[in-house]
Amino acid sequence: MNFPLDLRNVVVALVAAGLLLLPLYSALSGNIFILTLFTRIIIFALAAASLNLIMGYGGMMSFGHAAYLGIGGYAVGILAAEGIGSGFIQWPLALAVSALYALVIGALSLRTRGVYFIMITLAFAQMAYYVASGLSRYGGDDGLTIYKRSDFAGLINPGNRVQFYYLCLACLFGGIYLIWRIVNSRFGLVVQGVRSNEQRMQAIGFHANRYRLVCFVIAGTICGLAGALLANNTDFVSPAVMYWTRSGDLMVMVILGGMGSLFGPVIGAVVYLVLEEVLSQFTEYWALIMGPLLLLIVLFARGGIMGLLGRMSRG
Amino acid sequence: MLVLVEQSLNGLQFGLLLFLLAAGLTLVFGIMDFVNLAHGSLYMMGAYFAATFVAWTGSFVIGVALALGATLLLGIALEYVALRHLYGRDHLDQVLATFGLILFFNDAVRLIWGPAGLALPLPAWLTVPVQIMPGVYYPAYRLAIIVTALAVAAMLYVVVMRTRIGMLIRAGASNREMIGALGINIKLLFTLVFGLGAALAGLAGLMQAPILTVQIGMGENILILAFVIIVIGGIGSIRGAFLAAIFVGMIDTLGRAFLPDLLRKVLSSAAASTAAPALSSMLIYLLMAIVLVVRPEGLFPAARR
Repeated sequence: MNFPLDLRNVVVALVAAGLLLLPLYSALSGNIFILTLFTRIIIFALAAASLNLIMGYGGMMSFGHAAYLGIGGYAVGILAAEGIGSGFIQWPLALAVSALYALVIGALSLRTRGVYFIMITLAFAQMAYYVASGLSRYGGDDGLTIYKRSDFAGLINPGNRVQFYYLCLACLFGGIYLIWRIVNSRFGLVVQGVRSNEQRMQAIGFHANRYRLVCFVIAGTICGLAGALLANNTDFVSPAVMYWTRSGDLMVMVILGGMGSLFGPVIGAVVYLVLEEVLSQFTEYWALIMGPLLLLIVLFARGGIMGLLGRMSRG
Repeated sequence: MLVLVEQSLNGLQFGLLLFLLAAGLTLVFGIMDFVNLAHGSLYMMGAYFAATFVAWTGSFVIGVALALGATLLLGIALEYVALRHLYGRDHLDQVLATFGLILFFNDAVRLIWGPAGLALPLPAWLTVPVQIMPGVYYPAYRLAIIVTALAVAAMLYVVVMRTRIGMLIRAGASNREMIGALGINIKLLFTLVFGLGAALAGLAGLMQAPILTVQIGMGENILILAFVIIVIGGIGSIRGAFLAAIFVGMIDTLGRAFLPDLLRKVLSSAAASTAAPALSSMLIYLLMAIVLVVRPEGLFPAARR
C-alpha cells in the first residue's frame, strides 16, 4: 500500500469521488435514473462489504447473507405497516433483529467447516425465506409495500432522492470505516489469524469460535442496515430479497471486486450492477454474456478486480 | 388411510427423484471435490431436451432416450470445456463459476425455447391408473418413476460396488493423488463420472417434467434440496444420499399433504393455508440444521481423508 502510484488506490479514489459527485451530475444532466441506480448500487455495496468482513477476513463462506437484507427490510416494513414510522425506532430494531439472527445461526453454523458451513448458512437463509413467505399478515409471497419511508423527525428526509442518496453513501463510508477499524484492531488480527491457522490460534490461547461468532454478528448487523436502506429505497420488501440467488449475487460482488480487500466489494458491486444494467439495455439476454464472463473471471483473474489492479501496478 | 398410502408413495417417488439428482452431485462432490451449482441446469436441460425430442420423434421412449444421450454429451462437453479447469480450486471459485453457468443456461433456454414453459405429454399407456392394492389405484406414470429410479439406484450400486470402474471411483473418492500415481487416467475418470452425474440429473428432470411443467429455473429449487440431501447424507456417500433423499422426499410430501389440516386445528383456516406450505418447506431445512449441529459431517460420512 506504500506505492504512491498503486492503481488500486487510484481506482478507489476515482470511484469514491464519482459516488460523492454523482448527484451533481444527475442534477446538471437531468438524469434521475442514474441516481436511483446508484442508490441501489451503494446499498448492495454496503451489504457486500459486510459479507467481505466474514468471507475475506474471517474465512467464513456464508451463502445466506441475503437473509439480513430481508430481515432488516421486514423490520422496517412491519413496523411501518403497524403504524410506527419513526426511523429512530425502525432502524435500531432492524439492526438488533439482524444481530440476534446472526447470533443464533452463527452459534449453530460455526460448529461446521468448509462446504458444510456454506450449506448450513444457505439452509438457514432459505428458512428465513420461507418464514417471510408464510407471513400472510404482511403480504406473504407477494411482499409488503411500504407506504411511508422512515421518518427522522425532519433531521433528514429519506423521501428526498438526493438526501436519501447521501444517507446511503454515508452509511457505506461509515460501514467501510468501521470494517477498516475492525480489521486493523487486535480483534480483527485474531479473526484473520484464525482464518489462516485455527489450530495455532487455539494453541496460543484464543477461543477461535468466540472471535468468529462476534465477527459474524457484526457483519450481519451491518447487512441488516443495508436491508433497512433497501426497503426504504424500493418502498417494498418481499421474500425475494432473501432468495438464495440473491446471496449468490452478493458473493459474486465480493469475489469480483476482490475478496479480503477493503474497497473490493464496492468496486465489485458497482461493476456487477452497472454491467447488468448496461447489458440488459443492450440485449434482453444479458445473462448469456454475464454468465460466461463470471466463469472467465474465476478462471483467469484470481483475486478479482483489485487483485488484477494490484498485479498491474507491480508490473 | 387411502390418502396416507397414496401420499407415502408420492413421497417415495419424489425422494427417489431427488436421489437421482443427489447421486450425481455427491459423486462429483465426493470424488472431484467440486461444488457444482449448475447441476440443476443439467436437470432443466434434460427436461427441455425430452420435451423437444418427444415432440420431434412423436415417440415418448425414443425422445427420452435421445434426451438422456444429449444430457450426457452436454455434461461431458461442459466438463471438458470449462469445469475441469476448476478442480483443485477453492470451493468459492467453483460456486462463483457454476453460478455464472446457471445464469448462462437460464438465458440460453429463454433464447432457444422462449420464456413460456413447455409441456411433456405422456403416452396413453402411462396415464392409466394401476390397482396396487384392493381398491387403491395409483397413476402408472408415478409408479414407473419409482420402478425406474429404483432400477437406476440398484444399477448404480452394482457399478460402484462391484465393477472395476466403480472401484476406481471409490478409490478416487478416498485418495485422488494416489490413484493418479498408480497410473489411472484420472482425467478420463472424472469426465466419465461427470457425464454420468449429468445423465442422472437429466433423467430426474425429464421424469419430473410430465408432472410439473418444463420451465426456466425449474432446477434451482430442487438443486438446493439435492444439496441438503448430500449434506445430510454425508458428502460422497451414495448410501447416505439414498436414505436422506427418501427421508426428505417423504417429509416434503407428507408435510405438504397433512400440515394444512393439522394447522387448521390450531389456527384460523386462512392463516393455516398460508403458513402450512411455508412450514413444510422449512421442515427440511430444519432437519438439515439439526443434523449438521449434531453430526457436522452428515449422517454417513463417506471417507476419512
